[in-house]
Amino acid sequence: MSQASHASWASMREALHAEWTKLRTAPGTLWLLLAVVALTVALSAGAAAAVRCPSAGCGQDPARISLTGIELGQVIVAVLAVLVISGEYGTGMIRTTLAAMPRRTTVLAAKAAILTGLVLAAGTIAVLASVLAGRLILPGHGFTAAHGYPPLSLGDGPVLRAAAGSVLYLALIALLSLGAATIVRDSAVAVGAVLGLLYLFPIIAVVTDPHWRRHLEQIGPMSAGLAIQATTGLRSLPVSPWAGLGVLAAWAAAALLAGGLLPRLRDA
Amino acid sequence: MSTGSITPYRSDMRAGRDGFAQLLRAEWTKFTTVRGWVIGVLAGALVTVLLGLVAVAGNRFTCNGRACNLGVPVGPGGEAVTDNFYFVHRPLDGNGSITVRVTSLTGGNTSNIPGSQGGQGGAGLQPWSKAGIIIKESTRQGSAYAAIMVTGSHGVRMQYNYTGDTAGPAGTVSAASPRWLRLARSGDTITGYASAEGTTWTKVGAARLAGLSPNVQAGLFATSPAQTQATSQRLMGSGGLITASLATAVFDQVGLHGTWPRGAWRGSVIGGAASGLYAVQGGGYHQVRGRFTVSGSGDIAPDVVGGTIPGQTIERPLVGAFAGLIALVVVAAMFITAEYRRGLIRTTLAASPRRGRVLAAKPIVIGAVTFAAGLAGAAAAVFLGERQLRGNGFIVYPVTTPTEVRVVVGTAALLAVAAVLALGIGAIVRRSAAAVAAVIVVIVLPYILAVPNVLSVGTAQWLLRVTPAAGFAIEQGMPQYPQVSTAYTPASGYYPLAPWAGFAVLCGYAAVALGLAVFLIRRRDA
Repeated sequence: MSQASHASWASMREALHAEWTKLRTAPGTLWLLLAVVALTVALSAGAAAAVRCPSAGCGQDPARISLTGIELGQVIVAVLAVLVISGEYGTGMIRTTLAAMPRRTTVLAAKAAILTGLVLAAGTIAVLASVLAGRLILPGHGFTAAHGYPPLSLGDGPVLRAAAGSVLYLALIALLSLGAATIVRDSAVAVGAVLGLLYLFPIIAVVTDPHWRRHLEQIGPMSAGLAIQATTGLRSLPVSPWAGLGVLAAWAAAALLAGGLLPRLRDA
Repeated sequence: MSTGSITPYRSDMRAGRDGFAQLLRAEWTKFTTVRGWVIGVLAGALVTVLLGLVAVAGNRFTCNGRACNLGVPVGPGGEAVTDNFYFVHRPLDGNGSITVRVTSLTGGNTSNIPGSQGGQGGAGLQPWSKAGIIIKESTRQGSAYAAIMVTGSHGVRMQYNYTGDTAGPAGTVSAASPRWLRLARSGDTITGYASAEGTTWTKVGAARLAGLSPNVQAGLFATSPAQTQATSQRLMGSGGLITASLATAVFDQVGLHGTWPRGAWRGSVIGGAASGLYAVQGGGYHQVRGRFTVSGSGDIAPDVVGGTIPGQTIERPLVGAFAGLIALVVVAAMFITAEYRRGLIRTTLAASPRRGRVLAAKPIVIGAVTFAAGLAGAAAAVFLGERQLRGNGFIVYPVTTPTEVRVVVGTAALLAVAAVLALGIGAIVRRSAAAVAAVIVVIVLPYILAVPNVLSVGTAQWLLRVTPAAGFAIEQGMPQYPQVSTAYTPASGYYPLAPWAGFAVLCGYAAVALGLAVFLIRRRDA
C-alpha cells in the first residue's frame, strides 16, 4: 500500500468517526429514525386495513399494499438526510468541519456512508414490521389462498425483492436528499426540492396523455423507484423493478456528484 | 443630603407607536428585504403556470391525425350538456297539454322498427334510460325543455333544462302496470303530472323556463345513455369501455289539449346519429292506430367527466399548483423559522411584547403575498391552459363565470391557506425542514395516495374528506349529478366534499395550527 492511499484511508476513517460522533450526538437523529420506522409501519398497516379483496382476481398487489408506508417514511428519511448537511450550514459548524477535514469529497463520502448505514438499519426494521403487519392483516380482508394470495412470505422471491428493494429505496432517497442539500444548503429549500421531485411526477402523470404518463413514470424518482415493490402485473409496469430502482440510483448519483463538485467551487 | 427631587432620564426620542399597522409594516419589510423569499414566491407563481401548461401540452385529441374541432351543446344554465334523443314531435302554440300512457320501456335493438336509422342494440336497458313526453323550445341541441318520463330503474322523473330533476312515483313500467304522464304548459311554467290509471293525477313538479317562446315543439321521446365501464381506477378520467345503448318505449292514449297546428307527427334524431363522437345509435318510431313505438339512444343531461365526450375540465392545467404550493410552503415556513434560527424573534418579541399579535401579522402578510402570487399563477394557468387544450383538439367543458372565478380564486386561496398552515406549523416546531416536510405530507401525500395510487375509491374519498387535501375540492369545476351515472372518483376530478366544504376543512387545519402556535409562543421562551 502506498503512502498516499494509506494516508487517504486514515483520513477517511477519521472522517467517518467524526461524522458518526456528530450524527450520534445531534438531538434529532434518534427521533427521526424512530419516526421513519413508526410512520412507515403505521401507514403500511393502515393501507393493509383499508383494502378488500372480495373475489379471486381482484387485481391487488399485497406486497405493494403492505409497503405503502414507504411513501411516508421516505419524507422523514429526506428530512434526516437534509439535516445531516444543512444543519452544519445553518449553525456554521460546516466551517469547523472543513477546517478539520479540508477535502470536501471525503467529508461528503463519510456523511453519505454513515447516513446510508443508519437508514439501512431503520429501513430494515420498518420494512420487516410492515411485511409482518401485511401478513397478519391482509388474510382477514380477503387475501386468502382461495383468492390466489398465499400469505406474504420473504421466502417468496418477488416479495423478498419488494422488501429488500424498499430498504434500498430508502437508502437511495437519503443519498438523493444529501446531494440536494449539498447543492442548495438551506434545509427548507432542500426538503421542498426533494419532496417536489418525488411527488410532482406521479401527480402530473395522472392528468397528462397516457403516452407521456408512461415516460413520466419511467423517469420520476419515486414512481420508477417504487416499481421495485411490484410483485404482480410486472408486464404492465412502465419500468421493470430493478431498472426502476436504477433510475432512482441515477438521480441520487447525479445529486451527489453535483453536490460533490459544488462545494469545491464555493466558500462554505 | 439634598431634598430636591431627581428627574429621571428621559430619552428625547418620541415613543414609537405600537399599533397593529406598524407590526404589519414591519413584517412586510422583513418579507420584501429577503431576496430569496421574494424569488421563491415569484417562482411559485411561475411554476404553477409552466408546469400546468407542460402537463396539458401532452394531451392531444385527434380526428384522422389532426386536432379535432368539436363543439359541445351548452344548456340554458351555461353548462355543457348532452342532448341526444329520438323526438316524435308536433308544434304547440301557446298554452296546452299533452297526456300519454306508457305501457313498456325495454332495452333492445331497432332492427324491427320501420324508419330506423340505427343498427343492432349494444348494452341493454340502463338505469337512466328515459322515455316520456317533452316540451322543448326547438329541435336545436341545448335548447330549453321540460319533460316527464319513465326511467329504467329510477321511477317517474320530471326533468328540465338538463340539471333539474324531481322524483315522482317509483317503480318500473309494464303492460300490467302502465304509467300515465301529463305535461301542461301555462306561460313560462310547465307542470308534470303522473298517474297509475289516468284518473287520479299527482303533481310531480313544475319548471319555470324563463323566456320560453310561444311556439314550441312537443311530443314523445326516448333515449338511453351509453354504458361506461372503467376497467380500473387508473383508467378513469382517460376512458374506459363505452357501449351505446338503446331504449324502446310504447305509448298510447295520446291526448292533446290547446292549439296544435294541423299536421302529422314528425320523427327526428336530435343531435344526429352520424357524428361518431357520442355513443349513440340513432333511433326511430312507428305508429299504428294511435299506438307509438319510439326507440332512442343518447341522453338529455348535463355532461360529466368520464362520460361519452372527450372533454377536459378547466381545472386540468391547475395541476401546476402543486409545484407552486411546495415553493410557497417553503417560503411561508421560513418566514417564521428563519427568525428562530437567526435569533431575530427576540427582537421581534421585544418590539411587540404582545406575542399573539406577531402571529396575527405574519399570517396576514404571508397570506396576502401568497394569495396574490397564487391568483396570478392560477389565472394564467387556466386562461393559457384552456387555449392550449382547445388547440390540441379537446372540448373544454364550458362552466359558468362564477364557477370559473371560484376555481381560480379558490386555488389562490388554497395556496394562501396552505402557506398560513406552514407558518403555523413552523411556529410550533421552529425547524424549517420539519415544518416544510410536515405541511407537504399532510396536504400532498393524501392526494397522491388517493388519486394516482391503487387505494380503493372508498379509502381515497375518506382521505379527501378528513385530511387537509380536502381543500383541493375548491378546484372542482364540474358538479356531480345524481341523475347521470358515471364513475365519480377523485381520479376523474370529483371530490367527496363540496368545493367550499373541502376548503373549510383545510382552513380548519390552518386555524388549529395557528391557534396552537399562539398558545405556544405565549408560553415558551423565544
